Amino acid sequence: MKAALLLQIATTFAALSLVAVGGANAVVPDIHRQVVDILGWMDNATFANLFAIAQAAPGPNVLVVSLIGWHMAGLAGLAVATIAMILPSGLLAFAAGRILNRLSGARWVTIVKAGLIPLATGLILASGVVMVRSAHQGSLTLAISAFAAIFVVACDYNPLWALSGGAIIGLAGWALGFQ
Amino acid sequence: MAPDTADPSPQISRAQLFLGFLKIGLLGFGGVAPVARHILVEDRKWLSEKDYAAILGIGQVLPGANVTNASIIIGERFHGPLGSLIALSGLMAMPLVILIGLAGLYDHFSGLVPVHVAIGGTAAAAAGLVIGTALKMAKRLKPSPIALAFGLAAFAGAGILRLPLIETLLVLAPLSIAAAAWEKRR
Repeated sequence: MKAALLLQIATTFAALSLVAVGGANAVVPDIHRQVVDILGWMDNATFANLFAIAQAAPGPNVLVVSLIGWHMAGLAGLAVATIAMILPSGLLAFAAGRILNRLSGARWVTIVKAGLIPLATGLILASGVVMVRSAHQGSLTLAISAFAAIFVVACDYNPLWALSGGAIIGLAGWALGFQ
Repeated sequence: MAPDTADPSPQISRAQLFLGFLKIGLLGFGGVAPVARHILVEDRKWLSEKDYAAILGIGQVLPGANVTNASIIIGERFHGPLGSLIALSGLMAMPLVILIGLAGLYDHFSGLVPVHVAIGGTAAAAAGLVIGTALKMAKRLKPSPIALAFGLAAFAGAGILRLPLIETLLVLAPLSIAAAAWEKRR
């Protein structure tokens, strides 16, 4: 039973690993589709909460995947999910590093980059929209999301301020009986 | 051709490599790339500014988080395959420990209403941060009309139509790269 679940975790994330241009945050819509809609591992709110916790921890943005693994199957799940998400793309990076250390200025690298970065940006924006929908519990949460988005665009302060601000506004709204 | 310009590469022991990336992971709240640049280029002087930008650029084009990829490439440069493993484990160690701590707290306390409410607010903010990050990237990118169209297509496919990502990218990526090549032709 557990082995089957771990296998499912491994295959789900390994498949996404090689398309996650821009990191796990770019594939959040697909992770959400798999984990919430298809596999039914958790509901919307839990998904949003796990994402929030992953954002609150330092480190590269593969952690949301680690946390989903943890939520489903404890420490083994965390290890399997993290490795499944990092290993395929990591091997590619390793190979590319060996070849490209010499070619980093090459023209085709510039071209591939120019082609892929707009896509990555669009995917991350899509992730944001899917996340906002998952986190949506009323007009207050929507306002917090909008606030956080403006915060990032408008200034360069550490995003942790926006995360703690969200927690405080959420608490204040609840204490005041505001939905 | 400038193969050897970066090459008086400093001698870095395996322990130093691990500790350097451990620090990057520990300090990388809300985005690791700026911290990584600071530590690798300014603090430890393992890489020149140009080297770091080039490696991060490659890390960005490839699938996977850019700094994760960069750690693998940088580790390889100093200590081969083992170096990659050392740098990557250094990078991931502290974030995973902190994550497990936070997840444990969540499992214990998420039943309490105030905790639940606070996490809900944090989740809303985290979601907004992702939108803000994407908008900021778009602003810095100053995309051409064609690049903008591809960005919007990726957004619509993944965010609105909720198409499967792998298939969507298999279609969009070659087209977008071809368009970029066409735009950069001389």
